[in-house]
Amino acid sequence: MAALSAPEVSTGELVLSLRGIDKNFGAVQALTGIDLDIYSGEVVALVGDNGAGKSTLVKILAGVHPQDGGTITSDDKRVSINNPADSNNLGIATVYQDLALCDNLDVVANLFLGHELGRGTINEVEMEKRSWSLLRQLSARIPSVRIPVASLSGGQRQTVAIARSLIGEPRIVILDEPTAALGVAQTAEVLNLIERLRERGLGVVLISHNMADVQAVADRIVVLRLGRNNGEFKVADVTYEDIIAAITGASDNAVTRRAQARVDAAGAPAATVGSRSDDTALPEEDRP
Amino acid sequence: MTTPTSTPTPSSPDEPPPTETVRLAAVAADLQDERLIQPHGLGGTIRAFGKRVRSGDIGSLPVVIGLIVIWVAFSLLNPNFLSSTNLVNLTLQCAAVGTISIGIVLVLLLGEIDLSVGSVSGLSAAILAVSFVNLGWPLPVSLLASLLAGVVVGLLYGFLYTRFGVPSFVITLAGLLGFLGLQLWVLGSTGSINLPFDSWIVQFAQQWFLPDWLSYVLVVLTVLAYAGQLLLTANRRAAAGLSAVPATSIVVRSVFLLLVLGVPTWYLNQTRGVGAMFLLFLILVVVMNFFLTRTRWGRSVYAVGGNVEAARRSGINVTRIYVTVFVLCSTFAALGGILAAGRLAAANQGSGGGDTNLNAIAAAVIGGASLFGGRGSAFSALLGILVIQSISSGLTLLNLDSSIRYMITGAVLLLAVIVDSLSRRTRVSHGRA
Repeated sequence: MAALSAPEVSTGELVLSLRGIDKNFGAVQALTGIDLDIYSGEVVALVGDNGAGKSTLVKILAGVHPQDGGTITSDDKRVSINNPADSNNLGIATVYQDLALCDNLDVVANLFLGHELGRGTINEVEMEKRSWSLLRQLSARIPSVRIPVASLSGGQRQTVAIARSLIGEPRIVILDEPTAALGVAQTAEVLNLIERLRERGLGVVLISHNMADVQAVADRIVVLRLGRNNGEFKVADVTYEDIIAAITGASDNAVTRRAQARVDAAGAPAATVGSRSDDTALPEEDRP
Repeated sequence: MTTPTSTPTPSSPDEPPPTETVRLAAVAADLQDERLIQPHGLGGTIRAFGKRVRSGDIGSLPVVIGLIVIWVAFSLLNPNFLSSTNLVNLTLQCAAVGTISIGIVLVLLLGEIDLSVGSVSGLSAAILAVSFVNLGWPLPVSLLASLLAGVVVGLLYGFLYTRFGVPSFVITLAGLLGFLGLQLWVLGSTGSINLPFDSWIVQFAQQWFLPDWLSYVLVVLTVLAYAGQLLLTANRRAAAGLSAVPATSIVVRSVFLLLVLGVPTWYLNQTRGVGAMFLLFLILVVVMNFFLTRTRWGRSVYAVGGNVEAARRSGINVTRIYVTVFVLCSTFAALGGILAAGRLAAANQGSGGGDTNLNAIAAAVIGGASLFGGRGSAFSALLGILVIQSISSGLTLLNLDSSIRYMITGAVLLLAVIVDSLSRRTRVSHGRA
């Protein structure tokens, strides 16, 4: 379909790599030496307590704030992301927690906002056609694309926001708390959507406070604590308690540090080569 | 992997699959969701319209009703009100302030305001008169200089707004005073300069009327263009597998437009006819409507007015949108000032003063442009200015002086703002905000 490229097969390829990212806001050191790798066809969950620096890291990737130190590498080339346009050009699409939709415009206008089709005048017919094909591919349930976005439910708005991120054919989609405001069924729909993004070979960065969601769809979990990396796990080899301990820092004593070192040693090499979609913690039939 | 919830059919999964496929194949791509409430036939269309109005999506309905009420009331009080002579005057009075009002609609779409349009129109009238009459410049050069003044003012506002983030309310309030001062300074000690009656700008504003045949030809061409464009869209939508407007609906709409344009044209042609200046105003409204609804720039204006942060994040150059809109608003104000000077055949210290400012803003709001941004159309300026000038003309015919006129116009503006706020609240509660 024209709106979405056919699923790529190049799964497990390193698309973006962050090394030693620092960021401070005045006297506050928000991020210190953060490392993050994003692979195609993999969902990496970024978890951490409030103030851990998840949103700051996302804003650096989205080009909202440039980083103060460290390097970003894309396809073995050093790149800098100084504004949202740079981020777009690197194939990064960000779905913000507030969704950033224009309530007064309809679904089609929101999907193509800033990327309208047609030369000179807007080609509404082609845009509407592609909107339907895109929404169908995502199995999205939107009754009409010609109604203002204000009249959609929370899950439908989230769907529109995620669908919009795919218009520019990105390689990486960053989802900031996509399920925070949603009900049970809507959350399941969004999780399905995330799996469909992974099947298309996109690198997905998922930020969530909800460990059930993370364990349901993520392949790899990167924990941030107080602006530093605090562990990286493959979902298949980690328990809920381990993640919570890493998030809260409860593991930070001599005994657990030794245990942690062993987990890291086992987990990190596997994570760096990337993991396939069937490595998730839950068996197929248990997923929502 | 396919989970039960992700079955790629938009309809309920408990329907048997074969029927589903048959049904989907017959229905346009945008009408397949079974939850969609679809109007059937003429009665259905009317019911759907009633539903939209009740949920606060009223568009230009209040202003059309208001206009009818005003016209009926004034024609009962004074039969001369609906005479062809008076209506021709009414159209000519609409053009200048109406043109200013188009610019106001644009800034209101962004959720901003320009309070200085009166002063800017006065400044442009003063520049026209001084350069053309006192300095003896050729008329086109003088006109260009006047318009350029508007562009410069708009650039200044745009720069101040986007660079320093000063609220447009305050910037333009400063402009209101500042450019009034500049206008007085340009006019100098004389204070009033008459434009020669034989110059074409005065002729254009006062004496030029379309010949009857030309006005009818224009009406027919407009209706044909409208019908052709509807037909083209319908065909392209059908070709793309989307629902299209049925042919009967196209015919009904075109005939309706023919009546809306043809009957007033015929009535105006009973006396002097359609003024060239009014035609210019109408063309400007249609052109701005085209730019607002069919181009990327127009879409971006609505997006910035709806949610500026969303617009910025989707890659729209928000600064450019603000600057172009402020420039357009001030340029329309300058053009309005030129038209007003032409109609008066003079520029003086009172040009653009008095109620020009408030009438232009009131017209945009009365016509349905929301003060909260993101809602309204270029036609708001046309409808609004018709209401304002009808009230003004009616009250003048009743020999009521300006004190009453101001009070009534103020009350109408207040009413329009209340309708705007109420319909916004209703839209929010009906999920149409």
